[in-house]
Amino acid sequence: MTAISMSSPRAIAWPAILKEAAMTAFVALLLTIPLVGLRTVDRPTGLGLETRWNEVAAAVGLVFLGRLGLCLIREGHAVTVLVLAAAATAAGFFIAMPTEALRVILIGGGAVIAIRAILAIRTGRSKLSQAERDKRMDHIAAQVQHASRWLGPIAVVVALAFPFTPLADRQLLDIGILLLTYIMLGWGLNIVVGLAGLLDLGYVAFYAVGAYSYALLAHYFGFSFWVCLPLAGFLAAMSGVLLGFPVLRLRGDYFAIVTLGFGEIIRIILINWYQFTGGPNGISGIPRPSFFGIADFTRTPAEGTAAFHEMFGLEFSPLHRIIFLYYLILVLALVVNLFTMRVRKLPLGRAWEALREDDIACASLGINRTNMKLAAFAIAAMFGGFAGSFFATRQGFISPESFTFIESAIILAIVVLGGMGSQIGVVVATLLVIGLPEAFRELADYRMLTFGMGMVLIMLWRPRGLLAHRDPTILLHGRSKGGSGGPAAGTAAAGGQGIAGGSAK
Amino acid sequence: MLKVSGVHTFYGAIEALKGVDIEIGAGEIVSLIGANGAGKSTLLMTICGSPRARMGRITFEGQDITQMPTYELVRLGIAQSPEGRRIFPRMSVLENLQMGSITAKPGSFANELERVLTLFPRLKERISQRAGTMSGGEQQMLAIGRALMSQPRLLLLDEPSLGLAPLVVKQIFQAVKDINREQKMTVFMVEQNAFHALKLAHRGYVMVNGKVTMSGTGAELLANEEVRSAYLEGGH
Repeated sequence: MTAISMSSPRAIAWPAILKEAAMTAFVALLLTIPLVGLRTVDRPTGLGLETRWNEVAAAVGLVFLGRLGLCLIREGHAVTVLVLAAAATAAGFFIAMPTEALRVILIGGGAVIAIRAILAIRTGRSKLSQAERDKRMDHIAAQVQHASRWLGPIAVVVALAFPFTPLADRQLLDIGILLLTYIMLGWGLNIVVGLAGLLDLGYVAFYAVGAYSYALLAHYFGFSFWVCLPLAGFLAAMSGVLLGFPVLRLRGDYFAIVTLGFGEIIRIILINWYQFTGGPNGISGIPRPSFFGIADFTRTPAEGTAAFHEMFGLEFSPLHRIIFLYYLILVLALVVNLFTMRVRKLPLGRAWEALREDDIACASLGINRTNMKLAAFAIAAMFGGFAGSFFATRQGFISPESFTFIESAIILAIVVLGGMGSQIGVVVATLLVIGLPEAFRELADYRMLTFGMGMVLIMLWRPRGLLAHRDPTILLHGRSKGGSGGPAAGTAAAGGQGIAGGSAK
Repeated sequence: MLKVSGVHTFYGAIEALKGVDIEIGAGEIVSLIGANGAGKSTLLMTICGSPRARMGRITFEGQDITQMPTYELVRLGIAQSPEGRRIFPRMSVLENLQMGSITAKPGSFANELERVLTLFPRLKERISQRAGTMSGGEQQMLAIGRALMSQPRLLLLDEPSLGLAPLVVKQIFQAVKDINREQKMTVFMVEQNAFHALKLAHRGYVMVNGKVTMSGTGAELLANEEVRSAYLEGGH
């Protein structure tokens, strides 16, 4: 842990280094035997075990070499290690490996060690201290937050233009829709968790209410998507208020547990109210959205409705609907974002943030806590409802399976990893949490493993979330433009002084 | 202005206030002193409505506020700087002050801000700093400043000197004196620092075990033999 000066390479203490590397390799062995070495497979006779000792051996060997490299950097042989690590990375890139996983470990591990070596060469130290690293990371986070002022609009333009680029095939558009759905949910939950500071573990309940509202209204009354969208939002908001009334007198952990329960209650009602909701079979044949009720996206629409492609004189393509859905969720997500950005500058949003900071002080300042929390809950629920009915119309089929606790957990993970209250953080975290597993689909079994590793790394490096940096929403009048950089610089500096700043919540 | 009569407050089965009577007139600074656990803070919190008084009455300018929700009090003109300061740590100083004016008349913000910043020039220096990164004394100033932003007529202070260096305590008490003199603000203060609190106050009360045992002008109490031996031991 200590930073050791390495001006002069010392004689290498091989036994100590080998011992350290062996210890690490041993830990890796213990971890990889159950995680990688054993695999259950379906056999005609039942569940069977398959072993993969080769992978285990490869992983342990690589960990051993990696630790050795780190030790050598510490001992002052950064250049040698850099060359070797770069070679390993290159080998991962160019030489065919027996398994995909091995390749990823080789590239990833090699790159990490190479970066470490470069750092060591540049700074003359093997490792940055924790406080120093935090400070740098905070600085980067602050910069990203600042950059989001122009980065945000650019991202929106890119997202808008994306369907017209040659890249946009069916699969990528679907991933785009998936990402945007989670971004919207993340932004919605961010209102409750990030702004108002209420740990909601059952957000998926409102998502489910929205989805089932649309599905059932369409199923029983034949309402169209455009009628149902506001209704679904309204019903979800109502369920938020309904839950909020009894629950909001609770605080902290107790609050979280009850919201968790609520999420499960909704799901179990959906399963058991067989006659009405279709139970575990779900509801299928949910109508697809039309082009604002004017035109349909089918090749040959029913009597009396126009076809989208004919209306615009286009060749029929099933992609049209997908692109429309993509834009729909993009707009919905942006609405949530604009709402949050705006509300932070209004008394309502301020009061939410104050509640997150200290809710007893809020009462003494004349803020009606119950109403504020209810408002946060209802509004977030409404956005969840919108997302839910979008989900229903996109899938065409919903069942309680889609609304399990893990969904709540993923959305919450997005908000927390992004840095609570950070809008751009939610986007980055969604790209990591949802995007990475999609990108690593070819890794098959190791997908979730990489996902877990990513989580652990974030916990180690950015325990308060990737972009946990908050800019004040007002500045003193009469300050020059140059002065407006002050607050961020001020916080960064304060964080660096290592007072409460760096880690105080 | 504020009248507390026969108030009993319970924490579960434990009786924390055993029939307290206190009166605070307009324009006064009144200090309540007492040992740890005497019920000083409980009285202040009971005035604010949490916990509620189980018996007795609390009136503010003739209006019964015994059962009034905490957040309504600010609108009547009672501001509170709670125990432990309770500033919003991740918000900037300016945002904290702005939260204080959330119930104030629209348009009053700039004026009140000016007044608070004149009272505590230190806050002006720190205006865009995150409140949680300030020193304890600065945080206390912020807590008082935030309470003042709502343009109250009665200011309740809970242990403003807690955990602060003597020099800072002096500054804070001086500020309280200034507010009282210049803005005719009525102040009710709960303090362990009996010497400073009584020196500052027009009148004082002494609380022992949930009961008010003594009252008088600040000077009288300071001179009182019992008070001296119980609270001023060691001399300041």
